Amino acid sequence: MLFGLAVFAPLAGALISGLLGRAIGDKGAMGASILGMVIAAICGPIAFFQLTGGADDGVLDLGSWIESGRFHVDWALRYDTLSAVMVAMVSFVSMLIHVYSIGYMGHETRPKYRFFAYLSLFTFAMLMLVTADNLAQLFFGWEGVGLCSYLLIGYWYDRPAACAAAIKAFVVNRVADLPFAVGLALIFFKFGSIEFQVIFPAVAQHVADTYNLFGTTYPAIEVIGFLLFIGAMGKSAQLGFHVWLPDAMEGPTPVSALIHAATMVTAGVFLMARMSPLMEYAPAALTFVTFIGASTALFAATIGCVQNDIKRVIAYSTCSQLGYMFAAAGVGVYQASVFHLITHAFFKALLFLSAGSVIHAMSDEQDMRKMGGLARIIPVTCTVMWIGNLALAGIPPFAGYWSKDAIIGATYAAGTGIGLYAFICTVLAAFLTAFYSWRLLFMTFHGQSRADHHVLEHAHESPWTMLGPLCVLALGAVFAGWAFNDWFIGADWPHFWNGAIYNGAHNHVIENLEHLPVWVDYAPLVLGLAGIALAWVMYIANPLLPVRLAEGFAPIYRFLLNKWYFDELYNAIFVQPAIRLARLLWQVGDVTIIDGVPNGLAELTSDGSKQVVKIQSGSLAVYAFAMLIGIVVLIGVFMLAR
Amino acid sequence: MTDVGIAHYLVVSAILLVLGIFGIFLNRKNVIVILMSIELILLSVNLNFVAFSAAHNDLAGQVMAMFVLTVAAAEAAIGLAIVVIYFRNRGSIEVEDVNLMKG
Repeated sequence: MLFGLAVFAPLAGALISGLLGRAIGDKGAMGASILGMVIAAICGPIAFFQLTGGADDGVLDLGSWIESGRFHVDWALRYDTLSAVMVAMVSFVSMLIHVYSIGYMGHETRPKYRFFAYLSLFTFAMLMLVTADNLAQLFFGWEGVGLCSYLLIGYWYDRPAACAAAIKAFVVNRVADLPFAVGLALIFFKFGSIEFQVIFPAVAQHVADTYNLFGTTYPAIEVIGFLLFIGAMGKSAQLGFHVWLPDAMEGPTPVSALIHAATMVTAGVFLMARMSPLMEYAPAALTFVTFIGASTALFAATIGCVQNDIKRVIAYSTCSQLGYMFAAAGVGVYQASVFHLITHAFFKALLFLSAGSVIHAMSDEQDMRKMGGLARIIPVTCTVMWIGNLALAGIPPFAGYWSKDAIIGATYAAGTGIGLYAFICTVLAAFLTAFYSWRLLFMTFHGQSRADHHVLEHAHESPWTMLGPLCVLALGAVFAGWAFNDWFIGADWPHFWNGAIYNGAHNHVIENLEHLPVWVDYAPLVLGLAGIALAWVMYIANPLLPVRLAEGFAPIYRFLLNKWYFDELYNAIFVQPAIRLARLLWQVGDVTIIDGVPNGLAELTSDGSKQVVKIQSGSLAVYAFAMLIGIVVLIGVFMLAR
Repeated sequence: MTDVGIAHYLVVSAILLVLGIFGIFLNRKNVIVILMSIELILLSVNLNFVAFSAAHNDLAGQVMAMFVLTVAAAEAAIGLAIVVIYFRNRGSIEVEDVNLMKG
């Protein structure tokens, strides 16, 4: 009951503020949507703690959705540990971000009810996604969050960059959704149902199933695993599909914090954990998951090191951290990936919101080259951002240390070739993560101020509606890892998860975590500290060094600054041909053929009739003559042809 | 004097027909001339009927000629009536002026 309330309170808030926003005004709409979120943020965590306290898990049936022959879909809320922990996290973080938005959007002149309605609607869609009891409902939430993401990125609809980013995010996600939908159809084809409680027990019987494509036979489970993962790649901005995430930073900062850091982008990770009973039987797909996850972790971290826009640095960091989560899922430790998902939600939301606070203080300046020395002006923001970065870099005892080290350890403990690859990638990425985090801190808060003094005159600490959520999230970033470690991956994990996540009988990675070599335990920490030290040397001790390095290694610097030229590559491979094809279809297909044929026929008819009309001269004599000629011809033909 | 055979009748009839036809479209002046020309064509047809009737010794042709005469009388009556009405409306029955149907 509480669980259902947590899911549907945001919907009520969204409907009231969205549909009645004009009538009740911005203040009323804000109140309605925040009230809905507060209810959700109370009920969600309570439902979670009830479950950990020993309440029975189950399914909350809400009625039938689709009945079509053998295809049967219900609206139902799944109440197990995985769903409950996600509901608790999403509702709680979302509530904080709603509160923060009151302050952040304070100077906004466009209608604010729209923003709050979308934000609440997004929360509802995300909650539907994580509580889904079947894949159709999950897909409903999946598309719902995609839609809200589009609406919120494009909230500043009069900025061309925001509109383009919104369309880019939508299109890239649709591309990845196609394989996901195909995977869904394939599951129905093989299992005869898309309800989780039907699929999961049946997986073992279908291991030998095959799937024929273009004359080649593949194991069906592997194909499903691949297809679902491609869908997850799109939503979670993994290598190849990551291009939309940095551009999505065009949206307001609370949106970046909620959607593009804490919740929506983690939907892919959630999907892997939810489908763990199936993924465990798809070792090749899991290898692919590990490969993509680990590569993304390193790839995004390299780009994060040279970006100058404060939000983009954090965006690439998000991309990189999502890579960690997939790497963990790929080696079979879904528990660690969900653990990192939760801690990451706290510290990444914190980082984004602090960045928002900096941007707010600096009159919408986002370029870190025009900041510096802000620690004295906005001390609270500076403090919480330090905490967020300590958590991100995995410094004990902050949240990231527990979850990230567990992931890095798990890749090593997997003991496979791909596991070793993931280990190397994630450890290097840990070094880079610490480096770019402190680069961000040093460039923003310390050293000489490079800001325009007009801006500095107006720089001010943010209102309490913004600092309050920051402080709460900072508490989460400090304690979430330490508090939840035992439950998620510690000694209590079998009892805590209670079967919500499945590990194959051959999968002992999580036990092996306890028996890692000492150097594996300390490697991420040492490298993280080294990264911090390097950032200190480069941005505080010797600020000219980065410039010399950028000049000395200009090709590498440009390569990284241009994000490995992914956008240019996609532009050349997909966008330009699509534009050319569209132009061809427009000018040849539409204008020449589709419009040309009827227009030509019409012109032919009218020109023809203009000629024909001259025959009708009105002169009786001519008519009579024509008749005579006609008769002569007819008779002539008759005589000749007889 | 040679015998007057069917061929002679047909020649006269053909001449009448051609005269009638050319009377229709060479005439530039008067609608009444057109009516007369039609009468001429019908007469040439009648001449054919009667000639063949006599040649084949079959009365059907002459019966047909009677019908044609009747039709011709009716046609003349209606045609002249139209011409009279037309003159009242338009003040002219010149063929050149009859061009309301010009496209």
